[in-house]
Amino acid sequence: MAFTAKLGGALLAAVLSTSALSSAHAADTIKVGVLHSLSGTMAISETTLKDVMLMLIEEQNKKGGLLGKKLEAVVVDPASDWPLFAEKARQLISQDKVAAVFGCWTSSSRKSVLPVFEELNSILFYPVQYEGEESSRNIFYTGAAPNQQAIPAVDYLAETEGVKRWVLEGTDYVYPQTTNKILKAYLMSKGVAESDILINYTPFGFSDWQTEVSKIKSFGSAGKKTAVVSTINGDANVPFYKELGNQGIKAKDIPVVAFSVGEEELAGLDTKPLVGHLAAWNYFQSVDAPVNAEFIKEWKAYTKNPKRVTNDPMEAAYIGFNAWVKAVEAAGTTDTDKVLDSIIGVSVPNLSGGYATVMPNHHITKPVLIGEIQADGQFDIVQQTAQVVGDEWSDYLPDSKNLISDWRKPMACGNFNVASGKCGGKGM
Amino acid sequence: MTLRFFLRAIFLSLAMALSAPVLAQSGADPKPLIDALAKADFSEAERLIGEIAATGDARAVPTLEAFSEGDLYVRKADGLVFIGKAGEDGLDLIEPITGVSAGKTLKSALTKIKINNNLRRVISSAAGGLTLLSPDRSVRLAAANAVLSSPSAENLDLVETALAKETDPEVKARMTEARAVSVLSSDRSVDEKRDAIRTIKTIGGNDALSILSAVSGSIDASLKGDLDAALAALQSKQKLWDMAQNVWYGLSLGSVLLLAAIGLAITFGVMGIINMAHGEMVMLGAYSTFMVQDLIRDHAPSLFDWSLAIALPVAFLVTGAVGLVIERAVIRFLYGRPLETLLATWGVSLILQQTIRSIFGPTNQEVGNPSWMSGSFPVGGMTITWNRMWIIVFSLTIFFTLLVVMKKSAYGLSMRAVTQNRRMASSMGIRTPWVDALTFALGSGIAGIAGVALSQIDNVSPNLGQSYIIDSFMVVVFGGVGNLWGTLVGALSLGVLNKFLEPSVGAVLGKILVLVLIILFIQKRPRGLFALKGRAVEA
Repeated sequence: MAFTAKLGGALLAAVLSTSALSSAHAADTIKVGVLHSLSGTMAISETTLKDVMLMLIEEQNKKGGLLGKKLEAVVVDPASDWPLFAEKARQLISQDKVAAVFGCWTSSSRKSVLPVFEELNSILFYPVQYEGEESSRNIFYTGAAPNQQAIPAVDYLAETEGVKRWVLEGTDYVYPQTTNKILKAYLMSKGVAESDILINYTPFGFSDWQTEVSKIKSFGSAGKKTAVVSTINGDANVPFYKELGNQGIKAKDIPVVAFSVGEEELAGLDTKPLVGHLAAWNYFQSVDAPVNAEFIKEWKAYTKNPKRVTNDPMEAAYIGFNAWVKAVEAAGTTDTDKVLDSIIGVSVPNLSGGYATVMPNHHITKPVLIGEIQADGQFDIVQQTAQVVGDEWSDYLPDSKNLISDWRKPMACGNFNVASGKCGGKGM
Repeated sequence: MTLRFFLRAIFLSLAMALSAPVLAQSGADPKPLIDALAKADFSEAERLIGEIAATGDARAVPTLEAFSEGDLYVRKADGLVFIGKAGEDGLDLIEPITGVSAGKTLKSALTKIKINNNLRRVISSAAGGLTLLSPDRSVRLAAANAVLSSPSAENLDLVETALAKETDPEVKARMTEARAVSVLSSDRSVDEKRDAIRTIKTIGGNDALSILSAVSGSIDASLKGDLDAALAALQSKQKLWDMAQNVWYGLSLGSVLLLAAIGLAITFGVMGIINMAHGEMVMLGAYSTFMVQDLIRDHAPSLFDWSLAIALPVAFLVTGAVGLVIERAVIRFLYGRPLETLLATWGVSLILQQTIRSIFGPTNQEVGNPSWMSGSFPVGGMTITWNRMWIIVFSLTIFFTLLVVMKKSAYGLSMRAVTQNRRMASSMGIRTPWVDALTFALGSGIAGIAGVALSQIDNVSPNLGQSYIIDSFMVVVFGGVGNLWGTLVGALSLGVLNKFLEPSVGAVLGKILVLVLIILFIQKRPRGLFALKGRAVEA
């Protein structure tokens, strides 16, 4: 009995002291949530983004913090487990009282946290390219929508390489499926016959690509120039490219353009057999701009690793963080509603020497870069477009072509149907 | 890599040997055209390359090759074009055409001339045309191949000139094919084209299919019948080869499954330990390979082709030692309690994964393929990649070695004695705890050497093991617990089944179907393909 009482007393004291501590903290810091998987299958990609966020926060603090307060990062590990993302998001918002959250990678994790952010009215910055067909009052999509990555890449192949036959190869989940649906509709609207499009899916982490690659090879021997559009995710890419190299498919014969392969993914790969295969992003480490050189230098110094590479989601995280800082400074507070109002129209430098503007549909403007893989694992940029505004509801899908999103008042609607003139076209 | 170097050396020596242009056509000097590349965009560059080819000056070939490989630069100071080869501190500049060295410079003083796939194709065809008359046999062969893969009617006269002079039978055959391909897209007579179709048909395979179907839309109506007949013949032949190819792919997948499962066949199959950390042993083996390669890269790059051979004993010892520690520290307290063993080894697997993640980071590590494991070779209408072939050989070697150890060695005898009747074995003087520990270490060590092989075809990341654990259990259970032959037959038949389902129903559904079939099979035969019989089973 005495033991329980003692334990209870100790607990009470502990609770009191921590709450005293956190309220003391709350007075002079602004908390920022970092919600990236640090273990499990997605750790390979997301750990880097956590490091970027910590670096950006540290730098902001060196510049004097925000609104006269220091920023404090609260890092949690949702362990590549989608329901756990929602739990951790809830913990960040209601327990840690963070002002904004930077996080998620897969669309599944974003879909899992979306209702939490809407219910608790907080802000999420999502830094990865995604399939579109979503718009939330509380989420900012700083990665590319399909029209900022997939469609310009297909245009490039059709125009400069004269591609007439398409293999859409993807991992079996929501991003590749939606992207391929949009691409198929787009290609057919450009007059490509259905028999010239082959859509193929493989499971997550697929490693035996022999059959798939030989299927691509025989599909490509119909006398028309063929290309592969790859939405293969994460780990499955390395064996895929190895098999391409080994079976002797060169970029000259059948080029592969990928949307999920960047500098990080190539780091685990001997890229000499892959020279000439393509990737479409909004940023490459090889971008020739002073601001980029500065960022790369800081990143290598921060990670104390001269071999570390930078990639597109890192740039998206950089833009998202700076846009949030600027919006908070403009609003003079971290209050969600005020920041949501002030952030629209905010323009911050991107890393390719231009500016990224936050649009009313919570997407940003981005240039689209097409890069060719080089022998050193970097990309050589072969085409750069002007700024493209992210299109959340694709114009090429029958369900969504009439929808637009505009979160400014008085419309403040994520799925306004221009045909019917009503908010709430398709379910979100 | 070596091939490219070889070719480059040949081209350089060729450029020096041929001081005068051999194939003077327009006779113009290619130098101003090369200098014009400095300011050209992609379409302009394409036109320039065409003009360079039209000069017929073979001295331009090294420059074109360098351009294709992204080694062509403009010096910022004077706007002149140079070939740049990476040397110590900066780039060694070489003047185009003359091949004279132009000193060293830093990369920042140069701008790279951009290249894309389309230009690479144009260059390969142009360089092919320019080198068809080279005195070197292998250069001519490469040229004929280049013309064959990018046919153009412009090259036709060149090919015919070269063909008339050619004496080497292999090069001649290739040039005949190249000629046929070019004839199809030219405006030659119908009879010549008919001959061309016949010649292309003999090439066979996807290449011939591709060439013939490319012209099927534009070809003269009177040839339509010949063309369709040739296409049909090629297709039906290709179908047979595809079947053979599928069997091969199946065996290859089966050998990977066998590799992953063979260690488990010992720890789970023979000892009965549900070892969830098995995958992590494979992963540790792959990381050992990475460490060995890293050391070799730093200290003895010439040994790189031997790296896998060196990694094998290292991986075996490392993972064997880890296995021994796990058995002594955790598993020996849990014999006879399968559920606790499952949970404990699952915990061990998480600890191992996170340890590796903390030491090496979560990203993939680059494990290189030695040259003898890269590339492929054709067998009839199918392509066999070297790495897959060696993996099949390797996994069978491990399997039979293990079989011999189990059946013929004294240690194998005591191991079988312990697993069949522990108390009897003990009373015969066998130290059963040590046999347990060594057997677990052996199983782990074999998983480790499987990791060496798997590092060649899969990602080397902390998650490597997870992707194999399910498959490994599937193979062992399907083949029959406790029977090594069962594991072999189980792995190979699952591989072939998978690869026959994949082309028709897709990879996702194929995998599901295989799982469903296994469930049905286990319902019917709970002890797997090769069930153990006798008293040992009940023990």
